[in-house]
Amino acid sequence: MLELRDITKVVGGEAHIHPTSLVFERGSLNVLLGPTLSGKTSLMRLMAGLDRPTTGTVHFDGKDVTGVRVQDRNVAMVYQQFINYPAMTVYDNIASPMRIKGADRATIDREVRKAADLLKLTPYLERTPLNLSGGQQQRTALARAIVKNASLVLLDEPLANLDYKLREELREELPRIFAASGAIFVYATTEPSEALLLGGNTATLSDGRITQFAPTIEVYRRPVDLVTAETFADPPLNTFPLTKANGHFVLEGAPVLPVPAHLAGITDGPYTVAFQPHHLALAAQSPAAAPLTVRTAISEIAGSESFVHVEFAGTRWVMLAPGIHDIEPDASITVYVDTRHLMAFAPDGRAIAGPAAA
Amino acid sequence: MEKTWNNKAWFMVLPVLLLVAFSAVIPLMTVVNYSVQDTFGNNQFFWAGTDWFVDILHSDRFWAALGRNLLFSVIILAIEIPLGILIALNMPKKGIGVPVCLVLMALPLLIPWNVVGTIWQVFGRVDIGLLGFALSALGLDYNYVNDVFDAWVTLIVMDVWHWTSLVVLLCYAGLVSIPEAYYQAAKIDGASRWAVFRYIQLPKMKRVLLIAFLLRFMDSFMIYTEPFVVTGGGPGNSTTFLSIDLVKMAIGQFDLGPAAAMSIIYFLIILLLSWIFYTVMTSSDEQA
Amino acid sequence: MARITLEHIRHAYGERPRSEADYALKEVHHEWNDGGAYALLGPSGCGKTTLLNIISGLLQPSEGRILFDGRDVTELSTQGRNIAQVFQFPVIYDTMTVYDNLAFPLRNRRVPEAEVDRRVREILDMIGLADRAKKKARGLTADQKQKISLGRGLVRSDVNAILFDEPLTVIDPHMKWVLRSQLKKLHRQFGFTMVYVTHDQTEALTFADKVVVMHDGQIVQIGTPAELFERPSHTFVGYFIGSPGMNVLPAKIDGITVTLGTDAIALDYRPNIAAGATTELGIRPEFVRLGREGMAVRVIKVEDVGRQKIVRAELGGKPIAIVVPENGEIPAEPRVSFDPAAINIYANSWRVGREA
Repeated sequence: MLELRDITKVVGGEAHIHPTSLVFERGSLNVLLGPTLSGKTSLMRLMAGLDRPTTGTVHFDGKDVTGVRVQDRNVAMVYQQFINYPAMTVYDNIASPMRIKGADRATIDREVRKAADLLKLTPYLERTPLNLSGGQQQRTALARAIVKNASLVLLDEPLANLDYKLREELREELPRIFAASGAIFVYATTEPSEALLLGGNTATLSDGRITQFAPTIEVYRRPVDLVTAETFADPPLNTFPLTKANGHFVLEGAPVLPVPAHLAGITDGPYTVAFQPHHLALAAQSPAAAPLTVRTAISEIAGSESFVHVEFAGTRWVMLAPGIHDIEPDASITVYVDTRHLMAFAPDGRAIAGPAAA
Repeated sequence: MEKTWNNKAWFMVLPVLLLVAFSAVIPLMTVVNYSVQDTFGNNQFFWAGTDWFVDILHSDRFWAALGRNLLFSVIILAIEIPLGILIALNMPKKGIGVPVCLVLMALPLLIPWNVVGTIWQVFGRVDIGLLGFALSALGLDYNYVNDVFDAWVTLIVMDVWHWTSLVVLLCYAGLVSIPEAYYQAAKIDGASRWAVFRYIQLPKMKRVLLIAFLLRFMDSFMIYTEPFVVTGGGPGNSTTFLSIDLVKMAIGQFDLGPAAAMSIIYFLIILLLSWIFYTVMTSSDEQA
Repeated sequence: MARITLEHIRHAYGERPRSEADYALKEVHHEWNDGGAYALLGPSGCGKTTLLNIISGLLQPSEGRILFDGRDVTELSTQGRNIAQVFQFPVIYDTMTVYDNLAFPLRNRRVPEAEVDRRVREILDMIGLADRAKKKARGLTADQKQKISLGRGLVRSDVNAILFDEPLTVIDPHMKWVLRSQLKKLHRQFGFTMVYVTHDQTEALTFADKVVVMHDGQIVQIGTPAELFERPSHTFVGYFIGSPGMNVLPAKIDGITVTLGTDAIALDYRPNIAAGATTELGIRPEFVRLGREGMAVRVIKVEDVGRQKIVRAELGGKPIAIVVPENGEIPAEPRVSFDPAAINIYANSWRVGREA
């Protein structure tokens, strides 16, 4: 169990990590999700022991390891760049952490072959990393992290430099590989879809602060605040500033939407109302869908679905519509928002109520 | 990015520190010791205070030598830096030409100072030297032993021949580290050859150029062996640089006190000038 | 703007290519319309960047000719072709300000300063760096630098084509949405011929009118996003486009009957297949219906990705992916059926048309 207790990191008077407490259970997969410079790497360096927190302590299985050097902790790290020993074969690369520990030949051979099998590297064991594709190189780095049998494995955007398709394949395999190992995995990414595919738990980061930490799908469905909801939306979250009054959401005096049942209990006043792009549609699909008139901008077609960019009262929205829709730009059309999925945030960004349907 | 501190690392540099202590610090202390005392030999010393320093700073001989040093360094830098950049720019970036050029460039650097001096001393002699003889044969009145101008030209050409390679190699290292995409982008942006140099190559070479500049400045400012071998500081005192003067004073005249004071002043001048160059040349980095 | 014609272009990086395998780019013979937005899509090493560099003139093709509006430009330098190109990693002039970086391509071409100012300000607003115009470019973050690179590509109004080499690699997901739609808007507005190289299918499909899918130095299909999605002409296209990619199942075909393992289904057309060909059935996960009717499947894993669920299952021992909507349910004894209109039949990996 890895525990961060009220840790902070201040560099040159600038807070990189604001007071943070986190607990990662053994055998869990934890995603750190946030944009570039939100503090993902800083936080990982603190977990690994590469940096010392300015205040607060790091505990491993209840033991304070704050001052323990990274060499003396049982940590493995995989980076965005493919880092392998270029002159060694894949076999020797994977074996290297065990050789350092002084394991015997038979054990090394068994573990290396097991890891190679898990990561589909068996046919390449005799090659050197530079004769491998990017995906295979990163698999080698992953295999090395796994045979190390570390109790904490940190992965800093490990798939960022891979081709889209390879990313997709590895993403699908990773949860299985992680589950087989039993270590604590911490995985940093900027991509919401990656977090969703990996599952596990997600901690969303924004400006050096953890905004929420819970099971991934829970964070996605019930974000605690607007920043979290925005971090966890790809395409971007659609928002509009509305005031609740007399059973309606009102914009500049004019009623825009009826208040759905799950938001009926909130007090009248101003809110930021938000919904995901796939809850906006060209046709009413349920009685809970409410019409809105929007101005169209461009449409992007992505095979099975289309991203239609629209504008409502000066705010840019994205509609994710199944099928192919090439809609005339600069036209006025009616779209339908599924009010069951509306989220309401108080002016300070706090979530007041999440969507009704799961 | 912040680094992890590990104090054990200091043990690794301990041998070097000891070496430096013996080779630099202790002799330096001796020099300081000499510079404030007077001696007539027999290990008898008298306290002289700052007398020697005052003497040196008031002597024309010192200022003249210092002037010659500065002039020499300025000329050397004005030739070697642009020439080095020019050669580096024209060196091949790939293929068999690369090792050939690099070896050719490194050759002069492998020759010891005094040998370089001797080579040129012979080379430039009017009676038996190839260069001197050839120039005389062409009707040029060349004689580095008698003519001040010829002596200077010989020393400068010699230094340029010996040390431009260093600038070339440093610049070349800077140039090859520029990603190909920069040149491609410049082509697409329609940049002229000059613009590519001014906005891509020069900024990327800046750091190595700073090193080249400092190394060449310090070295040329401390020049000793070559003029000692070739001209012996003559004709007259025309190539008597501070270093040569210093040796004359210390060994020739055995004036240990003034010589020690002079070395300290000399050392401080180099330190000061290097610091000024470094500060000026890196200052533009900070304003982002 | 220009129409780009590629005539029997081939390229090998080695000196004397001996066999077909030595060519990084196998024969490309095609014409690209004036003002079109094209994407070159494929995995790394498929030859897409080679083709792009041949168009921009950074690379001379080993064979073939390239024409802009019917004029042979094969021998012309990059400058002579008058194109703009944006690279994968930011290329900025460190010592210049943001403003001067953007003005650089214009000033090199002696555009009047008033016009330079107008264009640069327009681009500054577009990339959202107007407040940093006078700052040195060196101090910026990677994505800001890349925005400058993009801006330099867009600043000239007279170019024949604008080429992009994976320009959004270093950009955060949220910013990608903004920049992509700006590029698209710009294309609508000015009608530049644009060629965009990427390995990211979403980028390719959303950006381009026509997507050129490349595989192993060859163009395997050129089509609209819809064509690539619905009628992939090669199993590679089916796999590469779509996430997850198309399910490709080994199938026996007899007339209009397809046999998958022990199950048989009927097609709505009769594919014309040469004897002895290896035949497969392709069906996109989006068109597989999970319910209580059809062929029995064994569910292995369900991935809840928020707006939909991806069900990984086995059909007759072969893996199959099924997309289920956000609120869709997975029955206890799951069975699948295929939308007949969405079925594609492949012989030796190439699609067998409906028209045959």
